[in-house]
Amino acid sequence: MLDDFLVRAFLAGAGVALVAGPLGCFVVWRRMAYFGDSLSHSALLGITLGFLLQVDLQLGVAATCAAVALLVGLLQQQQRLPTDTLLGILAHSALALGLVALSFVGNLRLDLMGYLFGDVLAVSRSDLLWIWIGGASVLLVLTIYWRRLLLATVHEELASAEGVAVLRIRLTLMLTLAVTIAVAMKIVGILLITSMLILPAAAARRFARSPEEMAILAAGLGVVAVGLGLAGSLRYDTPSGPSIVVAALLLFILSLAGGALKWRK
Amino acid sequence: MSRLLEARGIGLTRGDRVILENVDLDISEGEVVTLIGPNGSGKTTLLRILLGLERPDAGNLHRRSGLTIGYVPQRLTISPTLPLSTRQFLQLPHRQPQGKVEQALRETAVEHLAEAQVHALSGGEFQRVLLARALLHEPELLVLDEPAQGIDFNGQLDLYQLIDRVRQDRGCGVLLVSHDLHLVMAATDQVICLNRHVCCSGEPEAVSQHPAYTALFGPRAAQALAIYQHHHDHRHDIAGEPIPLRQRNNPPRLRNEASADEPF
Repeated sequence: MLDDFLVRAFLAGAGVALVAGPLGCFVVWRRMAYFGDSLSHSALLGITLGFLLQVDLQLGVAATCAAVALLVGLLQQQQRLPTDTLLGILAHSALALGLVALSFVGNLRLDLMGYLFGDVLAVSRSDLLWIWIGGASVLLVLTIYWRRLLLATVHEELASAEGVAVLRIRLTLMLTLAVTIAVAMKIVGILLITSMLILPAAAARRFARSPEEMAILAAGLGVVAVGLGLAGSLRYDTPSGPSIVVAALLLFILSLAGGALKWRK
Repeated sequence: MSRLLEARGIGLTRGDRVILENVDLDISEGEVVTLIGPNGSGKTTLLRILLGLERPDAGNLHRRSGLTIGYVPQRLTISPTLPLSTRQFLQLPHRQPQGKVEQALRETAVEHLAEAQVHALSGGEFQRVLLARALLHEPELLVLDEPAQGIDFNGQLDLYQLIDRVRQDRGCGVLLVSHDLHLVMAATDQVICLNRHVCCSGEPEAVSQHPAYTALFGPRAAQALAIYQHHHDHRHDIAGEPIPLRQRNNPPRLRNEASADEPF
């Protein structure tokens, strides 16, 4: 069954969606969309570094994103530069550095488009393993820290006064984001990852009565988007990554309409 | 009365800016201490130090060992993207027994809001929910940062009465932070007027007539308090009958910085 590239593609996409849903909820709640976007831009430097150092590219991406995330997290402690400025400096410099470094590796046959916009149909068995192991560990961390994460999201000072290690919580969230970006890269590409985090979560909001409901619903909607996107991509011969994102967008628009109906009742 | 918290000579400097200088502050069981000062006077920083969120450069802070603090932060807004009911909010960061949750909500008279979404609560309702949340941890010391902000006049009176009732029922100490003395509750035992250092402290009436207070807030502030106390020595119930507020028998006691090293 795993020999069928379509099955592999769906399993990979579903694995990413299951993680991106709950994590995306935090991205929405904490207004971290720009952070996620910037972080994924720095992934290109990770690809180049991974290639130069001859290590697994996903490992390179995870490490680079984590480094950038930690740097941002620590620099946030000082209050001279606002966070969005910091992010702009760090992440986009990393993107530029990645592109410049890439040009020095002269005879590199790298499918840049594949990394930027995803190539889910080329997912290998080892990619699949990466996605499910990475995804499972992110979900495990989210489950363990769930209530503390929620309180820190509601009010950091309050959480801190009640003994929640807020800095550790913040760094944990950033690290899980880095890992998710690394594993999602193959599916929708580094330029479209944020949409996989945000669209299902935003679509789930109108139907959820609790944070847990929203997280589970977002995961489910993400899986549906992957299925629809892949089917559409096959049927109309469109690029798979963007097709998945378009499917997620359609679900979001439907949720707006559904939400409007719900309010009218 | 057992002492809950004792701060001596607290000082904090950030860069070359002095934020706090030689601040003393004590709170005992069952005592209500109100910290007032204009914006930028270091109230919030002092509060953060007392809560253990920030470390002072100078002075020392002694808390009774195992002291539990219930913290009601300054008015906070919850993102409407987060679906969270009052009941769920009270269960963060740890699950609490349902009976305890119900009791805390009843104590602050918001049991009817248990299933309401927190982002849709009004300012006054949310303050009560925050207070209920603080009570869950059975605090020996309640710390409230500007609890009356954004609440209308009657709502503020109700809130202060509620705080006073909680204090009497539970015998906990209360530390209130406020930027004006205008509505400082009648039940405040001690007012500390802060402007980087302690300008003056003592009972509310005494502080309101202290020259340092007048210098800080202007003569109108002192008048406002006097007027407030003159006109509001009673409230009216629904039928219009006056209800007397707590009477104060002791003459005002005055203590200023020059004679601050009163032994305890």
